[in-house]
Amino acid sequence: MAPFSIYSFLGLGVPIIAVIYYAFQSEQGKPTLSNIALVTHGSYLLGFENSIVLALITSIVPGILGLILAYAIATSRSATLKRLVATASGVLANFGGINLTFMFIATLGSTGILTAWLSAIHLNPWNFGFNLYSFYGVALVYLYFQVPLMVLVITPALGGLRPSWREAAENMGASSWGYWRYVGVPVLMPSVLGGMLLLFGSGFAAYATAETLTAGTVTLAPIQIGSLLAGNQLAGQENVGYAVGLGMFVVLAVTMILYGLVRRRASKWLR
Amino acid sequence: MASLIPDIVEDALVAVPEVPGRRRRPRLRLWRAVVLFLAGAYFLIPIYAGLRFSFENDAGHLSLYAVKAIPSEPGFSAAFWLSMRLAVVTLALTLVLMVPTSVYVHLKLPRLRRLLDFVTILPIVIPPIVLILGVLRAAPLWLRASPYLLSLVYVILSMPFVYRSLDAGLSAIDLKTLVEASRSLGGNWLNTLWRVVVPNLRSALLSATVLTLALVLGEFTMASLDLWTTLPVWIYQFQQVDAHVSTAVSMVSLIGTWLLITLIVSLDRSQSRRTRRRTNNS
Amino acid sequence: MTELVDATRTTGAAPAGARVSLEGLVRTYGTTRALDGFSLAIEPGEFVALLGPSGCGKTTALRVLAGFERLDSGRVTVDGRDVSKISAQHRDMGMVFQSYSLFPNMNALNNVAFGLRMRRQHATQRRQKAGELLELVGLSDQASKYPHQMSGGQQQRIALARALAIEPRVLLLDEPLSALDAKVRAELRDQIRQLQQRLAITTVFVTHDQEEALSMADRVCVMSAGRAEQTATPAALYSRPTTSFVAEFVGVSSRVPVEPVDGSVVLFGERCRIRASDTGLPNGPLDALLRPEDVAITLDETAKPFVTHKSFLGATTRVIAQVDGVAVRVDVRSDVAADIELGARVRVSVVSRDVLVAERSVTNPVSPQ
Repeated sequence: MAPFSIYSFLGLGVPIIAVIYYAFQSEQGKPTLSNIALVTHGSYLLGFENSIVLALITSIVPGILGLILAYAIATSRSATLKRLVATASGVLANFGGINLTFMFIATLGSTGILTAWLSAIHLNPWNFGFNLYSFYGVALVYLYFQVPLMVLVITPALGGLRPSWREAAENMGASSWGYWRYVGVPVLMPSVLGGMLLLFGSGFAAYATAETLTAGTVTLAPIQIGSLLAGNQLAGQENVGYAVGLGMFVVLAVTMILYGLVRRRASKWLR
Repeated sequence: MASLIPDIVEDALVAVPEVPGRRRRPRLRLWRAVVLFLAGAYFLIPIYAGLRFSFENDAGHLSLYAVKAIPSEPGFSAAFWLSMRLAVVTLALTLVLMVPTSVYVHLKLPRLRRLLDFVTILPIVIPPIVLILGVLRAAPLWLRASPYLLSLVYVILSMPFVYRSLDAGLSAIDLKTLVEASRSLGGNWLNTLWRVVVPNLRSALLSATVLTLALVLGEFTMASLDLWTTLPVWIYQFQQVDAHVSTAVSMVSLIGTWLLITLIVSLDRSQSRRTRRRTNNS
Repeated sequence: MTELVDATRTTGAAPAGARVSLEGLVRTYGTTRALDGFSLAIEPGEFVALLGPSGCGKTTALRVLAGFERLDSGRVTVDGRDVSKISAQHRDMGMVFQSYSLFPNMNALNNVAFGLRMRRQHATQRRQKAGELLELVGLSDQASKYPHQMSGGQQQRIALARALAIEPRVLLLDEPLSALDAKVRAELRDQIRQLQQRLAITTVFVTHDQEEALSMADRVCVMSAGRAEQTATPAALYSRPTTSFVAEFVGVSSRVPVEPVDGSVVLFGERCRIRASDTGLPNGPLDALLRPEDVAITLDETAKPFVTHKSFLGATTRVIAQVDGVAVRVDVRSDVAADIELGARVRVSVVSRDVLVAERSVTNPVSPQ
């Protein structure tokens, strides 16, 4: 236990403390709030806003799509299909960064395969304002690992829906709608919310995919940290990156508190 | 209810929770088919596109030149071997740190399991970009000069997956009895851990290994910010020189990882089948 | 509570329950025939148990009645009306499942009130009704508990209240007791039976436990391979089984090879009448099927049969005697059995000169049972 405690303190505790500490330090080593003031305005504020919107989009949309997909799989009769999807989801959920970027450039880049297929029927998405290397392009690419992540998280919960609940509901005169309205959805709600929280965190923190896809041109908080760390900062603002990092902590903490409140309401029957 | 018929009934119910009725089924199947088709298209087309791009030259003709060129490209082998070394070091550190810890907590300090759950979930919650920010600031200079700083951080990143699979593996066996049996037969701690506990955790260790390797071989954020040219970083940089080669490396490393995972999983499966058969025969 | 009884009384004709008839039910899964021409008529207010080994089709029959399974052929009528085409949702049958199927997200009261909510009853009205039903099953104090906070027995009683809340025309019980431990099972068994009699509701009960079936039901239908073997009162089923399957499945029977002699058989040297059977007299060699209480033994040094096993059951002791290489089970008063040693020579005789016979079965192992 001791080696583990020391390791996780050095590897996890110290870096976190360092980020928080330097967020309140000026370059001259004096306590200051100027870093904080800087990141709550202008382009840094925009970075947070964009990151939050991106995380919301890439948690709600893949959350729903993943739920539908998981339900389609869970209600299928094919054991092979179930096994295949379980394995594929495990692999794809941990997918991201450079490999994913290249695959999507080859698919939906201006000379990508799908772009070519769609052009052939005069539906070239680039002619309709689509740009893979933009905010919405990033969101589309994120679906590729967010949907499998949701499938992984929600499948056990769907398996926990007992067929006899549905039969009992029908037996007492409930329609399919009645079953979902009063039993299915409320029972699934805590797991769905939990899954979406995970997606939110993953979408909010993702750096590699956005950085490699857009070469750092979208304004997102992680990209800004990366850019600051790579030395693209103004004189006297060397510690701004730590303030952005602290801001990301705050956003995640607030999200988790909100989640805790919602979940408590949604799952009072669990305790 | 262990009979054949109720099982079939159960299957049918799990399969179609709609009211069994002839009219409803086809519609349900259609709905499922549409969902599966769209999902299949979304997930398979990019893979196809990536492969296709890897086997093309600039003129758009099928060609193996990109794949053949990989080993001789400048910087490739350095990046490849760096990634491999990092993977091995990370894996060794992770197992040495996590296996005794999880076993010890399961055995002696079950009340600390909740705490361990919490600590090991943190790396999922904390954005890697913020973590590396803090690490680069806090690490001493001599460590920052070494690529193995990355391994030290990757150990932290892999903790959630590794601990979870070890925890599941340990919960599935009667660890206490096993250890007591071994100790009463005269085994010392190291012997017990190595000869009794580890063999019983084989599946959990394998999945921990797979997850750690996949993580290290694909990690881009920290490596690029720590300015080490690991394989993913090299792929990104080389894109400027020849995008076909970059994509080819990316697809090869992807397929390599998948093959590795499949191999390890199937080895595990055949091994456990053999064990089961032996137990049945005896 | 009284109001509930009155309500059920006023909805129907003189007896409250519905008359149910299952006619020639056939249901196949692939090549397996779960139901193979199963028929059963149930009187209004009657409590019928479907008894049989796993895979005999009893659960399928119940699920067909509830509307969860479609039929390949056959007909289900309730009070003369064909309900085969009516979905489960509209059949008005209350079902209690083997696995506690309470909705985990609702407390006890809301679980019980669920059916009333689906029937769009007013909130105050359904709360009152649900409260009465909780009182009926003796769980008023648990109204605000969630299922996971209750014991298995409590959950099953809530499930019973929930099924009764919709004032169903038929109550269906699918092995409701099999997940409970022995003591709770016995209590709930009595409670279900009392409630059923008080409400006079037509009830179909599926079980693989013969003790449960015999002690609770007005009539028991023994099923095998998707068909009804015999439907009779518990007493008749035990004392006058019409098929060898029933004789061996219900209670304990010993098989003893016998020789037919013009319409009768010779058993332990005595001539016995063959009891009439639905299936008629089988051709070929015969076995007599004997209950342990149909046989008597007395110590006799000169006899050939001898005692191989003894097991103490309380008031009686089950003795197994070997007669010409065949094991015969005999129940003996325990004080008498105390004098019978293992290996003792005994004379075996029949108590009743009226035996059930079946086609000879090949195996008859000498084993303690």
